Amino acid sequence: MRELLELLEHDARRPVSELAAMLHRSEYEVEKQMKELERDKIILSYNTLINRDKLGDDTVTAIIEINLTPQREVGFDSIAERIYRFDEVRTVYLMSGSFDLLVIIEGKSLNEVANFVATRLSTIEGVTATRSHFMLKAYKKDGVIMNDEKIDRRLVVSP
Amino acid sequence: MSDINWQERLSPGVNAIAPSGIRKFFDIAAQMKDVISLGVGEPDFVTPWSIRESCVYGLEQGHTSYTANRGMPELREEIAKHFQRRYDLTYDSNTDVLVTVGVSEALDIAMRAVVAPGDEVLIPEPCYVSYQACATLAGGVPVSVAAKIENEFRITPAELEPYVTERTKVLLIGYPNNPTGAIMTRDDLLALADFAKKHDLIVISDEIYGELTYGGEEHVCFATLPGMQERTILLNGFSKAYAMTGWRIGYALSNPTIIAAMTKIHQYTMLCAPITAQMAAVEALRHGEKYMKKMVAEYDRRRHLIYDGFIKMGLECFEPKGAFYIFPNIAATGYTSDEFAEELLKAEHVALVPGSAFGACGEGHVRCSYATSVDKISQALVRIENFIRHHKKR
Repeated sequence: MRELLELLEHDARRPVSELAAMLHRSEYEVEKQMKELERDKIILSYNTLINRDKLGDDTVTAIIEINLTPQREVGFDSIAERIYRFDEVRTVYLMSGSFDLLVIIEGKSLNEVANFVATRLSTIEGVTATRSHFMLKAYKKDGVIMNDEKIDRRLVVSP
Repeated sequence: MSDINWQERLSPGVNAIAPSGIRKFFDIAAQMKDVISLGVGEPDFVTPWSIRESCVYGLEQGHTSYTANRGMPELREEIAKHFQRRYDLTYDSNTDVLVTVGVSEALDIAMRAVVAPGDEVLIPEPCYVSYQACATLAGGVPVSVAAKIENEFRITPAELEPYVTERTKVLLIGYPNNPTGAIMTRDDLLALADFAKKHDLIVISDEIYGELTYGGEEHVCFATLPGMQERTILLNGFSKAYAMTGWRIGYALSNPTIIAAMTKIHQYTMLCAPITAQMAAVEALRHGEKYMKKMVAEYDRRRHLIYDGFIKMGLECFEPKGAFYIFPNIAATGYTSDEFAEELLKAEHVALVPGSAFGACGEGHVRCSYATSVDKISQALVRIENFIRHHKKR
């Protein structure tokens, strides 16, 4: 199962026939296992990693550190929920260390993101401080190097 | 040029060896743009970054000198530790280990260290292309012994026995095998060990693919067999397991007398292996295992894919259990393996190596390397199937 996940995480578009051959299982078994993984929410979605730099999009990505006052009974969870429900928010992690939540936001412009932080995030009850960092360049994301040219430097035939 | 016959002036030893049969295909393939090559005998991975980085750091620190002839003490210690850990074999890093410029050099000097003119070297075939040449260049006489497809190209004492003479001195084996992907089980090797003892042979065991075994098969190191450590010259290196072919770094392990003899040749001809490669090798042994395991797991998946592909095509093929080669039988197409490789390359632009390049008994087979990406393997399989469907000689 882990090996199947490893292959899918690397390339979700591999045909089942190929996955089955590589894992030395039948197509039926692989399909069944994938369905189960989806049903159990172990596989949540199959995404595409896009190099936005090449697309020429001027989207702005900001990484926001947020400090919170934990709430009775629910700790950080309910505030986190209020934050992650926004479409603008791409990622939310609860962190150890000098801040509590790490939030990644995407917006069309610096202004839009700054505005969102000022009016929507920092005003949430329990949020005591925010620090915004704007991303300048993505070198590597989710294990993929953004501008990695795969050149086969080997001789065509060798002993 | 002048009227001097330069060919005649070359050493008879050099004139006695044939150029590698692989060259021709390299020349044709190198002209083509969209070739998918299953003909490459090296990993498609680049050396793991942590290994490359340690070499860069070494250079920055100014490590650019010669090392001890036998290799850096740290590297020899790591090699000895590795064999203790992995095989429970004890080698003294001061006397039993020699770091070489790849297994290629190790094989050459092992031969030169033990072979006297006219001594015979038993070489099971199919085998790596340099075995016979190394025996010849050392003044020895290579004696080819054909392994059988029925036995998945494993060699048995019964097959070797008829070739034993009073001049037989060395048995040279290479398992997991290039080009067949065959491995030898412990029982197979125990039989060879008895054979070696019976005829008092030195065994040169090239185990460069030792980390690359699949399907639950554990590599059996020949020196671990009872009584064999002393009479074995164990050759290994970093090229295949750690994707370090271009670094040219290998080693030989044996008894102190043989290692001292090999060191004598090595010190006069090579001096030492490059220090940068030695530093990288230290890093590979200390921290490289996790990267290596990952690569092995990937080869295994490709192995399934390509084996599955050939079986579905209807080619006779045994399941390879080691290295990264598969050796299907193409005799049913009516082509010789040489013709098959050439026609396939011309028609479908897939490069592979004819089995005959690895010994006469490789005829009828082709070597396909699955050290290439899954996408390329899949495409190559489609092309090969297409070729077989439309090209039959008879």
